[in-house]
Amino acid sequence: MAHQIIATGRSRTGIPTGRLAVWWVIGSEILIFGGLIATYLLNRFNHGPSWSVEAANTNTFIGACNTFWLLTSSLFVVYAHAASERRDAAKTRMWIWLTILLGGFFMGFKTYEYATEIHHGFTLFTSNFWSFYYTATGLHGFHVLCGMVIMAIIAEGDIKKGRNWHRVENIGLYWHFVDIVWIFLFPLMYIAK
Amino acid sequence: MAGHKHPSYLKIYITLVVLFIVSVVGPEVAPAFGVFAKPVVLLTAFGIAIWKAYLVCAYFMHLKFEKIYAPYILLACLSLLFVFFFGTATDAMFANGHNWVKPVSEEEATKEAMARSYVLNKDKHGDDYGNGHDSGDDHDH
Repeated sequence: MAHQIIATGRSRTGIPTGRLAVWWVIGSEILIFGGLIATYLLNRFNHGPSWSVEAANTNTFIGACNTFWLLTSSLFVVYAHAASERRDAAKTRMWIWLTILLGGFFMGFKTYEYATEIHHGFTLFTSNFWSFYYTATGLHGFHVLCGMVIMAIIAEGDIKKGRNWHRVENIGLYWHFVDIVWIFLFPLMYIAK
Repeated sequence: MAGHKHPSYLKIYITLVVLFIVSVVGPEVAPAFGVFAKPVVLLTAFGIAIWKAYLVCAYFMHLKFEKIYAPYILLACLSLLFVFFFGTATDAMFANGHNWVKPVSEEEATKEAMARSYVLNKDKHGDDYGNGHDSGDDHDH
């Protein structure tokens, strides 16, 4: 019996299945990161002075650089999406790999920042602030890493072979969400001191 | 979402970068605004973050051109988040109550934070973050 694909589209929503799934992933991520940020805010309101002193030790320059890398990578991934709609494999792969490169910059800066902070004695167990800092930025960094790996698989496994073009848009949506999370983490951890 | 005309991504990006610069500079110059310093920080840091998030959602994620179900999904999850937040905030914001044990006072926690602060003890540690620091042996925290 031939295999019949039945879930390529959702007639009720008019949204392709893959993209609809990504929207649901993003919805669940809103609860994960939103919950972390909300808890951070509650603690910040309750422990204003001590948390301000702790937050003063985060490196705003590195945080700002990382914001810039992610903002620029968001532009690159949207260019990759536009190129995929034109079925231009070379351009699509180029923009995807440039996005991955900026993701690499982000991870590199983050690694240096973690190393410096740990060297200065600020670890996951130093205080509540640092626990939140490492949990939120660590979880975010993990998402960046996952996005980079998935993008590499799409560029080399799909686009190079001229198939599954819609995946570029799907991973783009995820990447933009990761950027949005950082847009909120940046002022919370680095600006509001 | 190939059925709509793409917005100018470069224009959106430039707007985002300008907003990002304002969000970094704003809190730095906020003290000059005296009594309005706090609102300036909130507006430039968090107000702009919301604006930036809107631009990314609307134009980079094409939410403005997506079928209405996608915003519904996101808004439903966001609403659920607010239910969780306000459901627990009313209790969590209280720092007293029956059988309440507070292991460390805020004053004590602030003192501890100041003692281990790298920025506040620059003269002990070096001139800048990451500089003048060759070993971790001088830390007693």
